[in-house]
Amino acid sequence: MDQVGPVLVDGVIYSAWLFIAAVGLTLVYGVMKILNVTHGSFYALGAYAGASLTGAWLARGYPPALSYAVLLGGALLVTLVFAPAIERGLLRFMYAKDEVVILLVTYALFLILEDTIKLIWGVNPYFVAEPYALLGSFEVGGLKYPTYNLILVGLALALAAGLAWVLHSTRVGKLLLAVIHDPEMSRALGVNVDRYYLVTFTLACFLAALGGSFTAPTVSVVPGLGVDVIVLSFAVVVIGGLGSLPGAALGAVIVGLVRSVSVHYMPQVELFVIYSVMALVLAFRPRGLFGLAEPRKI
Amino acid sequence: MKPDRTPALLGAILAAVVAGGLLLPQWTLFILTLACAQGLVVLGLVLLQRAGLVSFGQALFYCIGAYTAGGLSRAFGTGDLFVQMAAGAAAAALVAFVLGFLLARYRGIFFGLLSLALSMIFYGLIVKSEALGSTDGMNLVKTTLFGVRPDAAWVRYAMAVAAACVALGAAWLTHRYLRTPLGRLSPAIKDNEIRVEYMGASVRYAIHVNYVIAATLAGAGGALAATTVGHIDPEMAYWTTSGEFVFIAILSGTGSVIAPFLGALVFGAIHTVAYDVSPNTWQMSMGLALLAAIVFLPDGLWSLFAKRKTA
Amino acid sequence: MPAILEAQGLSKSFGAVTAAEGVSAAIEKDSVVGLIGTNGAGKTTFINMITGYLKPDSGSIRYEGRDITALAPRDIARLGICRSFQIPQLYRSLSVRENMLMALGIMLHNADLGGFFSFGRPDVPGHDAPAEEVADRILGRFGLSGYGERNAQVLPGGMRKLLDIALTMAAKPRVLLLDEPTSGVSAQEKFGIMETIMHAVKAEGATVIFVEHDMEVVSRFAQRVLAFYDGRIIADAPPQDALNDAEVRRYVVGGVHA
Repeated sequence: MDQVGPVLVDGVIYSAWLFIAAVGLTLVYGVMKILNVTHGSFYALGAYAGASLTGAWLARGYPPALSYAVLLGGALLVTLVFAPAIERGLLRFMYAKDEVVILLVTYALFLILEDTIKLIWGVNPYFVAEPYALLGSFEVGGLKYPTYNLILVGLALALAAGLAWVLHSTRVGKLLLAVIHDPEMSRALGVNVDRYYLVTFTLACFLAALGGSFTAPTVSVVPGLGVDVIVLSFAVVVIGGLGSLPGAALGAVIVGLVRSVSVHYMPQVELFVIYSVMALVLAFRPRGLFGLAEPRKI
Repeated sequence: MKPDRTPALLGAILAAVVAGGLLLPQWTLFILTLACAQGLVVLGLVLLQRAGLVSFGQALFYCIGAYTAGGLSRAFGTGDLFVQMAAGAAAAALVAFVLGFLLARYRGIFFGLLSLALSMIFYGLIVKSEALGSTDGMNLVKTTLFGVRPDAAWVRYAMAVAAACVALGAAWLTHRYLRTPLGRLSPAIKDNEIRVEYMGASVRYAIHVNYVIAATLAGAGGALAATTVGHIDPEMAYWTTSGEFVFIAILSGTGSVIAPFLGALVFGAIHTVAYDVSPNTWQMSMGLALLAAIVFLPDGLWSLFAKRKTA
Repeated sequence: MPAILEAQGLSKSFGAVTAAEGVSAAIEKDSVVGLIGTNGAGKTTFINMITGYLKPDSGSIRYEGRDITALAPRDIARLGICRSFQIPQLYRSLSVRENMLMALGIMLHNADLGGFFSFGRPDVPGHDAPAEEVADRILGRFGLSGYGERNAQVLPGGMRKLLDIALTMAAKPRVLLLDEPTSGVSAQEKFGIMETIMHAVKAEGATVIFVEHDMEVVSRFAQRVLAFYDGRIIADAPPQDALNDAEVRRYVVGGVHA
């Protein structure tokens, strides 16, 4: 039973990562009713931008302590370059189409972005571990954990709190809730729905990029990084409920813990279990644990 | 009643493959055979699309077919193409029969997500399975046709002809199915499910049947692909594989049972050419092609040949 | 005349809202019954319970003596009870004739005719002719022959209603429930449309129950009127008597009977 500590710590860290990675996806679905496959691309873009810029930063001998700001900046930069262009330049012409068609459009964009990344950054792995190694490690139950992972947890909590505050306590947030519930009505009432779509999409992509960027120091950044993330994010978001922020948090916690337990006790079933939970939720409670979306079912 | 030209077209294509195949280089025959495999999977997708459903998990059945072939190969040394395809199809059909009870209740994006989840469950199972070779997968024994291993110079041609026979035969059967009252139900379901139910037909039953047929086709396709390539791996169940099939389905359109094979060929051609020209941009070419298809050819390539949309 | 459809003590609530309370009625074979009442009075709930879309909280529905209360809409339709819709449920991507052929095709499917191993064109059950002939016949009865190739989506409102009802005729219904057959149709057209409908439907020998807000249409075409209010039937009589009933005038008609 002395596995419980490590299982929990691992679970919490993984949940934090999942939340950051997936929350943007549920946001886009909630507001725009789109399942955005490019979400995975932005994760990858963030990872590449973060890793390459931090690498360049450190190579020039600038203070490593500021590399965290570089990670943030990299994610922001790559989002601003791609997200508004995608939304204004392509997606907004597709909103009238069937949700599955829009999904396919984002899938096409995903394919394009996969190779765009290769064109910009090449195919060789980026490995920039300094921001990760800089913070050393801490001990829990006799096992050492990198302190860096606490940043992920902190980031996840900050994001959750920040988004919740924006949605429920600010005027912008409340208008966003109105758009979520009824875009047509909101438009009729004078809300600039197009602008909300643009902002939401950009924000969601930034969150994905942030997830990628802050994960970069812990992995080798290679092509195809976004491919696993997107399908895992789907699982998290479906479990919690498409379009629900607390759902994304709950989904992240569930998948994080489930994975942690599986990795510690029976590693072969790790993926099997995660997607089984997703399928079970879809089978018994398709709207997810907190879902707003009404599943089309006869 | 307009004359039904499809059987004649199918026959003509088969004749073209048999005759023209003698002149084609080995690599082209290989691509042709793979196009038959993919075309089978996409044919199933087209069946579901006619009812208004898009499955993002056909890779499940494709992979079941492939691993069934692999299993036969490893356990019994069976390399017979027809046995493998039959077994792959049967295994897939069985799984689809069970899963269909659940899936037939879903529509739209939820049907897509559930089918995706199910394929990822299977992926999760095999990717970590040491017995099945985990991420490396496994190789298959050499293909035989009716127990006979053709001469090295003729293997590719023989397989291409065999594949074409099975594929076009399946297409013909599907075509006949689509002209039965049950087959004709799909567009009505897609258009107005409520009306269909209130006229006394079970929509769920129709979708279940279509789902099982689609899976059977995918299973056969998977086994064919397995024996053609000689190797199987868990990637065959991954979501990107399902994505590729959906891609081809969009490219083909639902206009005819021949369309999926045409689409698979075009896909194969673009893939080969784009990869040769620049291996790091072939995905981009695919993405652009998909966007172009969605925007300019919403009814797929087949709409270039057919004057009207199908009913 | 024997009752073909019998509702006994039907009750249905949605939380605090009582949509039906103790609704009982015996519908005679071959009769024409009009359902009147303001919105929310319970007419559509009544139809929804009969067609199986809603399950009553209590009470029963018998069709030709058989209890159908628990059956699904699909099974009830197969037994011969069909309905039309307030908002016409058409196959939007098909032409008028294709709509009709599709409906007849469903009949073949239900009867397992024309399957994989058969050749030739089977007769549609109940109609004794192949689908193309029956389609033309039914469309002719509804005055839609000239619109055969027109796409269903672009039909004018009245025609869409007619097509909606024409489609249900493919099923050769014994009992036909029409949900506001003349709503959305201009005042001049109402009577004409209703004439066409009644003529076509009666030619097939069906019992008709229709929901209607226009009291002139009701008095002209119904043999018997059931007036609903607040989930209950407050009058059950021939049109002249029902429409002059004090309660009906108060809660449904609105005082002045035209």
